Amino acid sequence: MDDRKTPLLDELEKGDWPSFVTEIKRAAAKNKSAADLLAQLESSYEENIGHWKHGGIVGVKGYGGGVVGRYSDEPEKFPHIKEFHTIRVNQPAGFFYTTKKLRQLADIWDKYGSGLYNLHGSTGDCILLGTTTENLQPCVDELADIGFDLGGSGGALRTLSCCVGAARCEKACIDSMQIIHDLTLHYQDAIHRPAWPYKFKIKVSACPNDCAAASARSDLAIIGIWRDAIRIDNEAVRAAVDNGFDIFNRVIRKCPSEALLWDTEKKELTVCAEDCVHCMNCINMMPKAISIGREQGAALMIGGKAPVVKGAMLGWVLVPFIKLEPPYTELKEIIDKITDWWADHGKNRERVSELIVRMGLANFLEAVGLKPLPQMVHEPRSNPYIFWNAEEVEKRG
Amino acid sequence: MSLVQVKGTQVELDEDGFLVDPEDWSEEMAAYFATVEEVADLTDNHWKVINYLRDYFKKFGVAPMIRKLCKDTGFSLKEIYELFPSGPAKGACKLAGLPKPTGCV
Repeated sequence: MDDRKTPLLDELEKGDWPSFVTEIKRAAAKNKSAADLLAQLESSYEENIGHWKHGGIVGVKGYGGGVVGRYSDEPEKFPHIKEFHTIRVNQPAGFFYTTKKLRQLADIWDKYGSGLYNLHGSTGDCILLGTTTENLQPCVDELADIGFDLGGSGGALRTLSCCVGAARCEKACIDSMQIIHDLTLHYQDAIHRPAWPYKFKIKVSACPNDCAAASARSDLAIIGIWRDAIRIDNEAVRAAVDNGFDIFNRVIRKCPSEALLWDTEKKELTVCAEDCVHCMNCINMMPKAISIGREQGAALMIGGKAPVVKGAMLGWVLVPFIKLEPPYTELKEIIDKITDWWADHGKNRERVSELIVRMGLANFLEAVGLKPLPQMVHEPRSNPYIFWNAEEVEKRG
Repeated sequence: MSLVQVKGTQVELDEDGFLVDPEDWSEEMAAYFATVEEVADLTDNHWKVINYLRDYFKKFGVAPMIRKLCKDTGFSLKEIYELFPSGPAKGACKLAGLPKPTGCV
C-alpha cells in the first residue's frame, strides 16, 4: 500500500457495515491497480465527478461481448488503471460455489487482474473488476480451463439468473436452477455474439415471491406457479393458532382476493381455489401449515425494463400457465418467436416491450402465436379507438 | 490515444485502436487493422463486408444493425465471426474505419 492519503474514503471505514474501502485497501496492499483505483476514487469524491472515459470496446476472440472496456481519464496520474476493463463471468445457477472453484477463480484473477470483484453484478454475473487489454485473452482462456465462461453484454441475450429455487426452498414450483442452466447452454450463441437490437434478459423465480426480481428486471420473466389449490395442513394451522399466532390479522384479513375462510369454532382454514391469486402471503406467513399446490408450472411475463427510453416497465402476463419439464421445448419455441419478431422489427436500441408498445400487443401476440387472454390486462381499454382488420369487418358485416 | 505509422502516413487511434478521424481510412489502414484483429488474409469476402459497412455509414451516418449487415451481405453471423474473429463491432467496423460503437456494451 502506498502512502497516498484518502481522508474522504477513510470516513467510510467507520461504522458497522462492512466497508468497501477496507476491501479495496486490502486488494491495494498487493496490487497497484487497486491502489490507483482507490486514489482515483478519492479524487472523484473530492471533485464530485466520475473519472472514467466514455465507452470502450475490447473483447476476446470469437466473442462479441462479455467484457466491458474502461479507461481512466487521467492515465498519467493513475497509470495502473489506464486500462481497467471488467470481465463478466457467467455465475453458477443460484450462486452456489465450492471453495475449491472460488480459490481457482481467485488465483487466476490475482494473476491477471486487480484482485477486485463484484459478487455479483445485478444481472447475476461474477464480475472481475479491472484488468488490461493485454491480459484479457489469457485470463479468459484460463477461466475456460477451470470451467467458467463469459457472461453477456451488448445487444445480446444477457446472462440468465434465478432464485435458489428447489435447492433450498420449499416454495419452488419449478426447478429454476435447472432451467437457467439448460437455457444458458442452449443459447450460447445468443449470449456471446450480440445479434439483436438491444439487450434481452431472462430471469427465473421459482414462485411468485420473485426472489430473482424477474418481473422488474428481465424482458422475459419465468415465474413458478401452481394451478390447483394450495395445500392446508389444519393440524399445523391449529398448532400455530394455539401457540398465539394471530391468523385473522396476519393471514385471513391480508388475503388480497378474500379466498380464505377461517372457521373459529372448528379452528379450520379452507381456501376457495378459484379466488386465490397465488400472492404467497398465507404460505409465507404459515410455511409449516400451508404449501403450494401439486400441479406446478410457470407463468411467463414479458417486458420488464428500466426507464430508458419510454419509461420503466414491469413485466406483464404473456402466458398464464405453462408446464416446464426438460428439455423445455415449448418454452424455447416461445423465446425464439419473441426474439425473432423483435430482431426483425425492432429499431436500434429498442427493448422488446417498447416494440410491443409501438406495434401493438395484438400484432405481437399474432407473431408469437399466442391468443389474447383476459389475464394479460389489468383492465380493458378505456377508449374506443379500436383497430379492425379488413377481413373481420367484411365477415361481420 | 496512440499514433501508428501506416505506409508513411501517421494516423491517430484511440485506446481501443479505432480511427479517431474516419477520414484517415485507406485500404492500407484496413490491412493494418487486419493484423491487429487477427484477420490473416483480406479476402474478397472481407472486402464485401468492409465496403458494405463504409457505404452504409456514408449514406446513413451510423453503423448498420447486425441483423441488417447479415441480411444485406448474405453472410450469417457465424460467417461474420469466421471472417472477423473479434466480431462485427470490434472487428469489421474497425477495419472499415467506422467510429467506435457506443452504448451499453
